[in-house]
Amino acid sequence: MTDDLIDGLYREGAPIRDTKAPSGPIEQRWSKRQFEAKLVNPANRRKLSVIVVGTGLAGGAAAATLGEQGYQVSAFCYQDSPRRAHSIAAQGGMNAAKNYKGDGDSVYRLFYDTVKGGDYRARESNVYRLAEVSSNIIDQCVAQGVPFAREYGGLLDNRSFGGVQVSRTFYARGQTGQQLLIGAYQALQRQVAEGTVTMYSRHEMLELIVVDGRARGIIVRDMVSGEVETHLADAVVLATGGYGNVFFLSTNAMGCNVTATWRAHRKGAYFGNPCFTQIHPTCIPVAGEHQSKLTLMSESLRNDGRIWVPKKAEDRNKDPRQIPEEDRDYYLERIYPAFGNLVPRDIASRAAKYQCDAGKGVGPGGLGVYLDFSEVIGRVGRDTVSARYGNLFDMYKQITGEDPYEVPMRIYPAVHYTMGGLWVDYDLQSSIPGLFVAGEANFSDHGANRLGASALMQGLSDGYFVLPNTIRDYLASGPYPAVDESAPEVVEAKKSVTSRIEQFLNSKGTRTVDSYHRELGHIMWEYCGMSRNREGLLTAVDRIRTLRKEYWSNVKVLGENEQINQSLERAGRVADFLELGELMCIDALHRRESCGGHFREESQTEDGEAERRDEEFAYAAAWEWGGEDSSPVLHKEDLVYEFIELKQRSYK
Amino acid sequence: MKITVKVWRQTGPEAPGKLVSYQLDDVSPDMSFLEMLDVLNENLATSGEEPIAFDSDCREGICGMCGLMINGSAHGPLRTTTCQLHMRSFSDGETITIEPWRAEPFKVLRDLIVDRGAFDRIISAGGFVSVNTGSAPEAHSTLVPKVNADRAFDTAACIGCGACVAACPNAAAMLFLGAKVTHLGELPQGQPERDSRVVKMLNQHDHEGFGGCTNVGACADACPKEIPLDVISQLNQDLRRAMVKGY
Repeated sequence: MTDDLIDGLYREGAPIRDTKAPSGPIEQRWSKRQFEAKLVNPANRRKLSVIVVGTGLAGGAAAATLGEQGYQVSAFCYQDSPRRAHSIAAQGGMNAAKNYKGDGDSVYRLFYDTVKGGDYRARESNVYRLAEVSSNIIDQCVAQGVPFAREYGGLLDNRSFGGVQVSRTFYARGQTGQQLLIGAYQALQRQVAEGTVTMYSRHEMLELIVVDGRARGIIVRDMVSGEVETHLADAVVLATGGYGNVFFLSTNAMGCNVTATWRAHRKGAYFGNPCFTQIHPTCIPVAGEHQSKLTLMSESLRNDGRIWVPKKAEDRNKDPRQIPEEDRDYYLERIYPAFGNLVPRDIASRAAKYQCDAGKGVGPGGLGVYLDFSEVIGRVGRDTVSARYGNLFDMYKQITGEDPYEVPMRIYPAVHYTMGGLWVDYDLQSSIPGLFVAGEANFSDHGANRLGASALMQGLSDGYFVLPNTIRDYLASGPYPAVDESAPEVVEAKKSVTSRIEQFLNSKGTRTVDSYHRELGHIMWEYCGMSRNREGLLTAVDRIRTLRKEYWSNVKVLGENEQINQSLERAGRVADFLELGELMCIDALHRRESCGGHFREESQTEDGEAERRDEEFAYAAAWEWGGEDSSPVLHKEDLVYEFIELKQRSYK
Repeated sequence: MKITVKVWRQTGPEAPGKLVSYQLDDVSPDMSFLEMLDVLNENLATSGEEPIAFDSDCREGICGMCGLMINGSAHGPLRTTTCQLHMRSFSDGETITIEPWRAEPFKVLRDLIVDRGAFDRIISAGGFVSVNTGSAPEAHSTLVPKVNADRAFDTAACIGCGACVAACPNAAAMLFLGAKVTHLGELPQGQPERDSRVVKMLNQHDHEGFGGCTNVGACADACPKEIPLDVISQLNQDLRRAMVKGY
């Protein structure tokens, strides 16, 4: 490691490598790894214990599967039931390379599309495995009774999604995530009845226990009684989702947080590509300061809606129906004539931001653009439009009070998904032995941008098929020495949790947790959102540090620990967001290229498009926690493309 | 808008509770109902009073975590989840009474938060298809007629919020139960366990202390996902068949 601080903010350490990735023909790598991974005798499995944190698609599927295999599983979630994890909110569907439509799809094509969609910042081996396993997921879910959409002949229906040219997306109306999650939840509850899984709802993980360099357990808080509990195991799996709520407003659920992965990061797990955030272009705009979350409207609306803003800034408060055709700027159709309103998510989002920055945004605060259906209603009729989008129009009307059949919708981009997460190897093991990370919580498969309908695929692939086959290699390499609650590392971990709780409750500050969270969100959105530059990111780091300092001396948390205390829960989460936010800005600062969801203003082509710089940045950034008063350390993992040729994206 | 809310406050499961009135002077009609409570909570916290505890998570009507009795109706005046209700459904100057779900098996934990663990235990009793990961046949090996697939979907849309129980004068969870029995019973994959499922789930339902169905239909009226009342007929039909077979 060099001692030189780069930009006064971070150091660069030794490169890192994925030592588990098999070599050879790509289509044989996963079979090879499964064969090489050691087996655990069925009789020995019941002696081995695994903790799974989070019960969304990845965690729920992993806990159920490990339980079926006979391990002793303890599963944790902060919600009142494992069925509520935010995977449930996914609308669109799930990709799988079944090629049921016979339209030329294949495992290789799904692999290719995903690597390209990730703007060449994901590992080929991982993505190929994801595409390969996708078919098994559909089989499994159908067998569980997931009610996918079907054709009249009784076969499964597919649709095309997210700008790809094949129909490979399986769906259950607009509620695919819900149906897949309920499938996993039912499998999990079956194991609870079998006694292989013990479920802890309303329990929040607050610390990771590392003994002799291995993950051996977690400290959790029972959110009803306030009791701080120790849970020990032979291995720990984190499937705790993404960290989009660092922006305060996002399409995430209210409770989504980074605490589990951030506490693990502080204990030695590297954080991969934290700045890679997906911002979704079609969300309902913010209505006022009271706003608590943002609601996504399905991307499919862009198939028929036309996006525009007034040409003249002074028209922005006019009734849009009174603005004549010649005074409207259909800016996507103008700038990107080939793709028009269907350009990829990051381009559509950024273009909307530029229009609003130029003072042409519509609606409250000038942060919105029109998505207009009048042309399609005129062409195919209101009934046809209603059949296609009726439920979305109803939802929009319920939230905004405006009728999109009569008045153009207003949309604005919102934070939706985080591609970054804890760094893991091919086995989904983090840089701490015995700590595995699955689903959105890891950084592995989506590179710098995620394709539509691929999040569900990754969560279930990790949970049902990948993790249960790789964790056995770690478990079979034991037994690891027994740990009990009196071990110094366990005592220390528990003490750090209780003293942090006391610190919040004893801080007699004046500002509420939410007010800090909101302010952090504004900083992140302004400087580390859709468009980023060096100066802004440096400002953001500075402001986050000041805010964090103030937070610890001036936050106000009422009540006690020994009760349901939602302010206390949020206080811990926001404290961790305040540290993560800084790392995201440092990561965004160090990556002086534009790629996927990360747009650096300094790296663009002459006509203002994103410019990727492969010679310098074709690597994944794995950040090591530097210590309380020290700087993070960057480890680069070079990305090698043996099968897919790197190309610049162009949508003009 | 000016709004007065009367909110159920209760410090713990064993503590007595009471309705407490609060005044809000600056409510926007565009706020969601829960955002109105967020604003109230910020005001309370700033003035040193403990905020009102209530459950919510996705705030887009799908996770089933939120659920309040609003003026005596489960999820309030519209047929939707509490998080999708907006203040424009109320009038300026109105007084709104907010209570937790009331049912014996849903113990109040604090303020507006109840324990719905009974629903998880009912699912554990039989609300699944026994198929281990990796043992599934190819998805197209079994065809499912579209009518059955659609009906399965309609009933699988249940979000487990508990509004049906809260609305029922007898605190029955038959709509919840019927929805799951119908969802899995419509599909070929659910057939092998169909008879045992209904018996085991119903036994657990009764064991948890939920009441019996008396055909009032308040459950279906309150259901934000519009689960139809006839799933209870399906439940009864499946139960009769299972009993004839000696389950």
